[in-house]
Amino acid sequence: MPVQILMPALSPTMTEGKLARWLKDEGAAVKSGDIIAEIETDKATMEFEAVDEGVMGKILVPAGTEGVAVNAPIAVLLVDGEDASAITAAAPVPVAVIAAPAPVTVAAQPIAASIPDAPTDVGPTKRQTVREALRDAMAEEMRRDPTVFLLGEEVAQYQGAYKVSQGLLDEFGSKRVIDTPITEMGFAGLAAGAGFAGLRPIVEFMTMNFSMQAIDHVINSASKTLYMSGGQQSCPIVFRGPNGPASRVGAQHSQCYASWYAHCPGLKVVSPWSGEDAKGLMKAAIRDPNPVVILENELLYGQTFDVPESTDFVIPIGKAKIERAGSGVTIVAFSRMVQVALDAAKELSAQGVEAEVINLRSIRPLDVETIVRSVQKTNRIVSIEEGWPFAGIGAEIAAQIMENAFDWLDAPVVRVCGADVPMPYAANLEKLALPQVDDVVQAALRVSYKK
Amino acid sequence: MVAARRKARPGNEPSRDDLIGYYRDMLLIRRFEEKAGQLYGMGLINGFCHLYIGQEAVVVGMMAAAGPADSVITSYRDHGHMIACGLDPKGVMAELTGRSGGLSKGKGGSMHMFSNANRFYGGHGIVAAQVPLGTGLGFAHKYKEDGGVCHCYLGDGAVNQGQVYESFNMAALWSLPVVYVIENNKYAMGTAVERAAAGPDLYHRGAAYGIKGEMVDGMDILAVRDAALRSLDYARSGKGPYILEVQTYRYRGHSMSDPAKYRTKEEVSKMREQHDPIDTFRARLEKDGILDEAKLKDIDREVKAVVVEAAEFAQACPEPDPSELWTDVLISV
Repeated sequence: MPVQILMPALSPTMTEGKLARWLKDEGAAVKSGDIIAEIETDKATMEFEAVDEGVMGKILVPAGTEGVAVNAPIAVLLVDGEDASAITAAAPVPVAVIAAPAPVTVAAQPIAASIPDAPTDVGPTKRQTVREALRDAMAEEMRRDPTVFLLGEEVAQYQGAYKVSQGLLDEFGSKRVIDTPITEMGFAGLAAGAGFAGLRPIVEFMTMNFSMQAIDHVINSASKTLYMSGGQQSCPIVFRGPNGPASRVGAQHSQCYASWYAHCPGLKVVSPWSGEDAKGLMKAAIRDPNPVVILENELLYGQTFDVPESTDFVIPIGKAKIERAGSGVTIVAFSRMVQVALDAAKELSAQGVEAEVINLRSIRPLDVETIVRSVQKTNRIVSIEEGWPFAGIGAEIAAQIMENAFDWLDAPVVRVCGADVPMPYAANLEKLALPQVDDVVQAALRVSYKK
Repeated sequence: MVAARRKARPGNEPSRDDLIGYYRDMLLIRRFEEKAGQLYGMGLINGFCHLYIGQEAVVVGMMAAAGPADSVITSYRDHGHMIACGLDPKGVMAELTGRSGGLSKGKGGSMHMFSNANRFYGGHGIVAAQVPLGTGLGFAHKYKEDGGVCHCYLGDGAVNQGQVYESFNMAALWSLPVVYVIENNKYAMGTAVERAAAGPDLYHRGAAYGIKGEMVDGMDILAVRDAALRSLDYARSGKGPYILEVQTYRYRGHSMSDPAKYRTKEEVSKMREQHDPIDTFRARLEKDGILDEAKLKDIDREVKAVVVEAAEFAQACPEPDPSELWTDVLISV
């Protein structure tokens, strides 16, 4: 049966065009791939190639015709030796109609209620620094699973730029503890590729500041591929390193990436404060089949905590921890700011306000349920972060509270954030740029109408 | 009919069936891409769609030498690689039309299809991102000691990206089994290679890292196969990465909306008429008495049937269920 040639769409937005010129006349032989016509769109003149082989039977739309709709028949091709008498018999080619997509109601992600609680009884503990807790967590998981390996700058022979990987090379050898060149984009991409192939890489960024060199692989390669593959291609990988301001290192080395990474679906983001957090979240991240970013903190590495000894101690990602119970005001913090919140709570207590301090532990997924429950009790909330205010974690918490606990609020949400400037070097200015205990106390008093 | 990995080793002459298989695979890719172009014209495929027409001998030649554990990764001009790796043409076409039967359930599109079973790792839309990823696949081959080599494809545009050299450095430093296949089709979108790439031939680009490279005629399937056998054997034996610069040509625009005004019609028609990888190979097989007219017709019919079936499937399949919007973001634990 003759084949109808239809007006082609030659760009994603084309709806009609001009049939500028025919290059095959009626009666001409046509091979697949031959250019049969020139078509003008609003952007360019494009060549139109034949798909099928045959003889040009009849031209239905003469050259020079403007406004020819996409998918309108423009010619009839005779195939398999047909003659022109077959043309009248040519039935219109059925054109598949794609149903309009169903409207999508975009709602905020449901509050994750299915995540199990963290164990309340953590078993025996020992006094350890955060640095040692992170190292032990990696070592335990490397003993447990031979596909886990660590790579990054100075992680092996130098024993870690901040000594987090101390001793790992001795135990696991250079096959599994790998010094890389200073080439973040390259080694983050290499690790993501190894993740595709079923290994479980831990990528150490000397600091998260340098992960900006590699962010395309963190987001586009590691985090989106599961979705883009319809669930076939996973990437179990950990990207970790110290995040946020350290001390007197200036603007390019003092930035919080919580908001950057937490923005992206397909990625989990955790940020430990204590040694317990460090060990339990690191182990959870390594065992997780998804890409996980761990935002550590250089100033916490040397701090000592009681750390669970059990090799099975794992903190579920997506669950916050109430570090101090109280009914006067909710203070939400993560990483080093948890200590600032606890210090502020002490001062507030002296002034008659009992604060409830929530250690988020996990930024994405965010434990909205725990925050909302707390606000239902305290009716007021302050968020703290070292990062910038605009589109920060505090902004997200404010929106979540608006959506989930608006009627419970007795005061507007207040955010205590890093100053909205690149980090200054001078000691006095740096201090001014970061949330201090007194800033949190003042914010808590403000939402309590005590000031 | 699905293309298959062949068990060729250096020195092995291709059998008569191998040769016919190469011809059939190249023809299948060409007819598939022509059909994809047609469906795009009908509005059934949208967005970006980069056709492989003209470059078929590259991937078919490489796969003619592939080992059973080898992995393959490429950029966004990827339909040919998928078919050559044995992915189901129906699933590829249905992904192009964004339907539930697509290899990525309609959620990936032209540039994003994967198959762990066939060790095809995409399909990547960011120019050169597949190069560190492919280097990581090579890292995994070495770590797992599975005897595989990664075939990591990149274009003449990607070779100017910094991450390519970060990858070359690590691959050479750690002797990773990777063959970098630079498909030099002369134009990075609309920019001719000599207007974008300084220095002489692209296969020299690994010289600073001690990576061997060579130029290959990408319009000659058997030349590609020879180079593939040599380079894959080199990488597989633990000597580290290798670079092939494969001279090829794409007949169509960079993507569907590219009128290709940066080159002359004469240049395109000269390539098509004098160097077409399928026409020249067919003539050679006819001359050698391996294919006759009847057999050619059989292959034509067979290929056409596969492509028609794929196109019909891709149109008959429903769109993904709206619930699919929310699935596959994370693996639940």
